[in-house]
Amino acid sequence: MDVLFIIFAVLTVVPALLMVVSRNPVNGAMFMIISFVGMAALFVLLEAFLLAILQVLVYAGAIMVLFLFIIMLLDMDEVEKIKPGTVTSIASGISLALIIVGVAVLLGSDGLAGQSVAHLAAAPDFPSADNPMGLALSAKAYGFGLFTKYMLPFQLTGVLLLVSMIGVIIISKKRETSQGQEQS
Amino acid sequence: MAETKVIERKPLSLSERTYLPQIVSGLKTTISHMFKPSVTLQYPEERPPIPKGYRGVPTLVKDPNGREKCVSCQLCEFVCPPRAIRITPGEIPEGSESEHVEKGPEEFEINMLRCIYCGLCQEVCPEEAIFLQDVFSLSGYSREELVNKKDKLYELGGTLPDSHFKWDKKKAAEEAALAGGHH
Amino acid sequence: MELTSILLKIVFAVLMIVVVMTMAGYSVLIERKVSSWVQGRVGPNRTAPFLVNYIPFIGPLLVRMGIFQPMADGLKFLFKEEITPGHVNKTYYFLAPILALVPALTTMVVIPFGQYTDPSTGASNPLMLAPLDIGILFIFAVSSLGVYGIVLAGWSSNNKYSFLGAIRSSAQMISYELSLGLSVFPLFLWLNAPGVEGGLGLNAVVDYQQNFWFIFVQPLSALLFLVAIFAETNRLPFDMAESETDLVGGFHTEYGCFKFGIFFVAEYAHIVIGSALFTLLFLGGWHFLPGLSDPWPAGWIGAVLSTIWFLVKTVILIVFFVLIRWTLPRFRYDQVMKLGWTILLPLAIGNLILNAIIIALIDSQ
Ligand code: SF4
Ligand code: SF4
Repeated sequence: MDVLFIIFAVLTVVPALLMVVSRNPVNGAMFMIISFVGMAALFVLLEAFLLAILQVLVYAGAIMVLFLFIIMLLDMDEVEKIKPGTVTSIASGISLALIIVGVAVLLGSDGLAGQSVAHLAAAPDFPSADNPMGLALSAKAYGFGLFTKYMLPFQLTGVLLLVSMIGVIIISKKRETSQGQEQS
Repeated sequence: MAETKVIERKPLSLSERTYLPQIVSGLKTTISHMFKPSVTLQYPEERPPIPKGYRGVPTLVKDPNGREKCVSCQLCEFVCPPRAIRITPGEIPEGSESEHVEKGPEEFEINMLRCIYCGLCQEVCPEEAIFLQDVFSLSGYSREELVNKKDKLYELGGTLPDSHFKWDKKKAAEEAALAGGHH
Repeated sequence: MELTSILLKIVFAVLMIVVVMTMAGYSVLIERKVSSWVQGRVGPNRTAPFLVNYIPFIGPLLVRMGIFQPMADGLKFLFKEEITPGHVNKTYYFLAPILALVPALTTMVVIPFGQYTDPSTGASNPLMLAPLDIGILFIFAVSSLGVYGIVLAGWSSNNKYSFLGAIRSSAQMISYELSLGLSVFPLFLWLNAPGVEGGLGLNAVVDYQQNFWFIFVQPLSALLFLVAIFAETNRLPFDMAESETDLVGGFHTEYGCFKFGIFFVAEYAHIVIGSALFTLLFLGGWHFLPGLSDPWPAGWIGAVLSTIWFLVKTVILIVFFVLIRWTLPRFRYDQVMKLGWTILLPLAIGNLILNAIIIALIDSQ
């Protein structure tokens, strides 16, 4: 089990790194897909089959295809080496430091409401208490959770996605009218 | 001026708009065709019937006595539009069976890469020696192979069962004239 | 103990790959034979290895049916000259056929193909490699990865025809994936309706269809699913990807010999898996006929018989795929998109909501 974990962990982390460093956008996208699939495999090792499948179905199967599409259509072969501005580099440095500190705090102390994250992951709260991994295992329990306890976050996420979708439509529409007949 | 009649297109009904009845009827046609006997020939074994007057590969024929009919008049060579025919005329050797014939081809070539199967050679031949017969498949690995030589032409042509025996009759007539002397 | 069970799994997996690949090969034969029958021809009828022709009756009959043709086809692909065009992106060019084939073969691990009834206890178990209780989602997830093979093939070929073909087919696959998923959800709603413990596994669907087939109860779902499967497998009314008349050959224009062979096999593997899926979801899987109880005896004989019955249904569907190919003309690209987004998708959503309402009504009584 440990061997598998190490293999898939490497398969998740290394492509993720490569994706950040790679100069060719298509390579980057492919590394990202590998990373997603590796993460799905990690979910499988946790016996969270539903999550693993959703990971592949939504991220690797649908979203990344569209990414790849756009990259290929724009035909960006090599991204020019852009020197980041000072403000950008300072801001990204600060946010990176914040993220590292945040994760460390979450993992180390009793971060969230007196529960460590590790503990939360081992015993999440959902309908049947005698089957702690049931949430991830059974699609039914997962759906039950979504439509009862996590109803509000679920709906909010939906609204958020809808808002961003409408935003995208409006932005692309505007460009079309300003450019006139060019895009028909 | 002809009167234009505008035919209103009827809007499609619901069942027509789903296309399903149409697809089903199309499937019916397809399936019925599946069980019909096939219309193809198993080619190399089965050959299509060659209709009369078919213009296949031009060939040279022999008369029923097995003698060559061509007298090397070179009319076909002259008439051939793409100049596919090349004839080297030659004398008929003394003492041969067809000695009485004036001339014979020493070499007769038809370049099948040039021939257009027009049939003019057959049309023009005064001796009925060249015929476009039923050979329709012709292939080879080189250009040389596709120039039909005399022996190949006779092999393809075979013998034609006509009984003119023009030259024999002429010879007989000559002999009779010779024998009859002065009359 | 552990080792033997793993070995057994591997043996079964290899066996199943062999069966699916053989079926893919033979569906090429079905395609060629049925096509020629439809067109009044005879189709492949000459391939005869060694001395087969000298076996009385059976030998010539097999040759006439073209039984050995798939082997000849496969060997042809193997022995052709391997050509790599100079202008391609090598890595992705070689990766693409593999990416196209792997998802097609991976989906089959969750496909149940028969049932084994224990003679002593009378309990019947489905025969499948991985008894995953979310099988249908697994199939959707893995088959959605198949797009990458096509996209990468088209892009790495560095050829505008290939690229257009790839864009068309992947846009089409993404659009129809939605309707494909939504069209089968009503079945799973019924499967998990109050009082029924179904889950999302494919064997559960088959078990549920013991006495009736879903195609009679949910004809709209079946129709939507069938259309979506045609689009997903890039079969003829939807073969935008390789419409020879306007795109030379589509995404595999630059591919030859064995690499093309892999694409070819992957395409037919998709058809086999799609037919199997339709059989499982709507035609009752290995159950005999609607309304009749299964005549399969207990033990391995019953298992084999049920598997054969399942395969028979699948093959009939493959023949149907081919018949449709010669019945319908190809859609135009915008028609394909319009059909997918403005007709199939709303119908699928409506069907889903309708079924949900019906189940809720029944439940509230
Ligand atoms: S058929 Fe026509 S082209 Fe051919 S050899 Fe005779 S005259 Fe020439
Ligand atoms: S084939 Fe006929 S036309 Fe041609 S040279 Fe001989 S006799 Fe004359």
